[in-house]
Amino acid sequence: MIQHSRIIASSAFLAAAAAVFVLPDWMISLATIAFANGLVVLGLIVLWRAGLVSFGQALYYCIGAYAVALVGRWTGITDAILLVLIGGACAGLVSFVVGFLLARYREIFFAMLSLALSMILYGVLVKTESLGSTDGFSVIVPTFLGYAPHQDGLLAALYWLVLAVCAIAALLVDAYFHSVAGALAVPLRDNEIRVEFLGLSVSRLIHTKLVISGLLGGLGGALAALAVGHVDPNMSYWTTSGEFVFITILAGAGSVGPAFVGSLLFESVRSFAVAMLPQLWQLLLGSVLLLTILFLPQGLGSLITRLRWRRGVEAP
Amino acid sequence: MLTAFAILVDGLVYAAYLFIVAIGLTLIFGVMKILNVAHGSFYTFGAYGAATAVGIYFDRGLPAAGGFLLMALFAMVLGLALGLILERGVMRLVYGRDEVVMVLVTYAAFLILEDIVILIWGPGSYATYQPLLAAGNTEVGELILSNYDLGLIVVAALLAMISFWALKFTRYGRLLTAVIFDRETAAAFGINVRLVYTVTFVIGAMLGALGGAIMAPKIAVTLGIGVEVIVLAFAVVAIGGMGSIEGALVGALIVGICRAAAVHLVPQIELFVIYGVMALVLLIRPYGLFVRAQPRKI
Amino acid sequence: MSAPILSVRDLGKRFGSMIAARDITVSLPAQQTVGVIGSNGAGKTTFINMVTGHLRPTHGAIHFEDRDITGLPSRTIKAMGISRSFQVAQIFPSLTAFDNICVAAAIGHAPKHVMGHVWTPLRSPEAVSEAETLLDLFAIRRYRDTLAVTLPQGVRKLLDIGMAVAGSPRLLLLDEPTSGISIEEKFDLMQVIMSALRNRKITVLFVEHDMEIVERFAERVLAFYDGTVIADGTPAATLADERIQTLISGSRPNAAKGGFADV
Repeated sequence: MIQHSRIIASSAFLAAAAAVFVLPDWMISLATIAFANGLVVLGLIVLWRAGLVSFGQALYYCIGAYAVALVGRWTGITDAILLVLIGGACAGLVSFVVGFLLARYREIFFAMLSLALSMILYGVLVKTESLGSTDGFSVIVPTFLGYAPHQDGLLAALYWLVLAVCAIAALLVDAYFHSVAGALAVPLRDNEIRVEFLGLSVSRLIHTKLVISGLLGGLGGALAALAVGHVDPNMSYWTTSGEFVFITILAGAGSVGPAFVGSLLFESVRSFAVAMLPQLWQLLLGSVLLLTILFLPQGLGSLITRLRWRRGVEAP
Repeated sequence: MLTAFAILVDGLVYAAYLFIVAIGLTLIFGVMKILNVAHGSFYTFGAYGAATAVGIYFDRGLPAAGGFLLMALFAMVLGLALGLILERGVMRLVYGRDEVVMVLVTYAAFLILEDIVILIWGPGSYATYQPLLAAGNTEVGELILSNYDLGLIVVAALLAMISFWALKFTRYGRLLTAVIFDRETAAAFGINVRLVYTVTFVIGAMLGALGGAIMAPKIAVTLGIGVEVIVLAFAVVAIGGMGSIEGALVGALIVGICRAAAVHLVPQIELFVIYGVMALVLLIRPYGLFVRAQPRKI
Repeated sequence: MSAPILSVRDLGKRFGSMIAARDITVSLPAQQTVGVIGSNGAGKTTFINMVTGHLRPTHGAIHFEDRDITGLPSRTIKAMGISRSFQVAQIFPSLTAFDNICVAAAIGHAPKHVMGHVWTPLRSPEAVSEAETLLDLFAIRRYRDTLAVTLPQGVRKLLDIGMAVAGSPRLLLLDEPTSGISIEEKFDLMQVIMSALRNRKITVLFVEHDMEIVERFAERVLAFYDGTVIADGTPAATLADERIQTLISGSRPNAAKGGFADV
């Protein structure tokens, strides 16, 4: 059934790419941000499968974003692809270093420590006048391999860039999930001691997952920075991390696709809620989260799994 | 010398604030193993409730002491109601699920309650400085100390002593300790764990609301105060050890003094002193300062 | 005479003021089957934990085929060829029985270099075929696609041992393989385990409380008491020893045969 889902995924990707020509600008904008955020959620899923819930992915999101903003401002680099790679690399580096500490923790303490780290960055950014303090600062308009599109062209270019990065990330992460290291997520969650006794270093496995999620978070943040055109310390605030966690719950942590679908859904619901009920969108979000937890504990992904099972395609 | 004294006083005041806010959180976590994000909501409701109480009371020329009492009572009643509704209505539905799921449920509740605050009190901010003024000041050498702040320290100290006494010497306190240590065995001994949960949650809610009420005169009561508090309370509880009241006390003191020192000496790092301390403590003692040993697994 | 596969000298472990193991000196030749007896708390599991790297000895040395493995982490020791099973079966409840063994086999087969297990697929042909073989060897094929959390105790123990055998270890330490199993079934279980191991040229050390099983399956017996080895010999000699009968096997001295039946 891998073939089946591959076909669906490819069609969805092509449809999404073609959507630029059909859908209005605000939708494309929304989708761009949603897919960029979807990368962060993908990183969360990598950790979630191993039983680790990070309340601090905003750290990498923010690092990716600020890296793009700063590099764009201080150096002559304007190429979007290069900027995004730099953003991802910076975040990945930080996650590598931070991972030595974080890999020792599990469950609530892992969540809290990751939260603390993101709040440390927040504190630093807010107090740093040269980086715009709470206002943040703007991001340069990127170029794409020499081309400098404007208006609609820029919108489309950013959208396709995000789609491309997401597609590549999705393929790589999916391959990872099928590898020994990736598939060990569930055994790690079930019984770490046994994994260690079977011959693998648990902390190295988890460290790898931390780096992967950091990279993805940074890529997402970098893309978001380019799409929005602005960065600010709020990108590192714990509520930003909370939103990513929220989407992960909505999506269900089973596989790759739901990360992006869930993110799209969340952005749509949030935009709708903010537009229709500006005073009550948190209430709406909270209610949706609550209902999802109560009635769809495996997230939206489980809906799809249940459908497949009913059609007799795979075991529940 | 003066700076040292100022740091000490400021540190104690901040520690008092942190302790009052954190004690409810650590209690709920210790007993129910739930990291209650909605604690921020209890705090918020307490603060807004106090603002309302102050608005009703203080401008009528009645004795100030009554005002303090009213603030506290009003907040605790709100906490009681909120805690009951939340525990019986929502938490009850997810007992037995993963720890993280429970945290997320409390996060959802927090989001909902944030907007309910707006529905009830509107988006504006409330100034509740009257109790602060009413308390007056004390002069110690060149320093002018607010009596309200000093009162804060007294209240925190009282709270600490009452909780220690209650845990060790009252029947309920000992039941609580039993449930904290081993829920299943406690249930096997006939302790009504569900009832203990409800009572604990409600007490935690009341303490959170009390924290909000007490702090209301010192801050601008407006949207978003709950958000800040959550993270601070979490950090204190993590430092002290989840479920440990002594830990919350020691954690609050450490953070309070460190932050005061930062404010006076190195203002740039003030905002993340607490997280730095938390990261440092967790490096050495992964589960916080006061935590019991883990039993052998294989 | 080739080097012993396992050589332990003056091994000891203390936790604060509590001495869990002391002065253990033992040498095992390759492919011997050793039974370990001793009452609870005598230090048997501590011994296994130290040999397999879960606990770091307070003093003493452990050598595996000439190499000093004292204090090495369990994953390194496993990779070198020492494997173990557990008193309480340590399996992965969320996976099927097949996946449990497949994971164990895949880890054993993955290339040893740094990124080896990131790029090797989990269900590689080698891992899958070894998993299928082990399912048959341990007679649990009918549970292949059952979730491990629902497996009966006996099957769990067999699965646990099957996972330990994946990757072809040269030394296998079984911590109470028949614990939690009813008396009627213990013998059969041990029979299954021993036939599965028969042609693999493995040195086996098993901890057991049932003396009849020890007599039947062990070539040599180590008796633990109060943290150290107090007897080391053939089953017949060790179990007939009065001291052993008093301290461990529990029958009255001078009774005709060892075992619980006489008490």
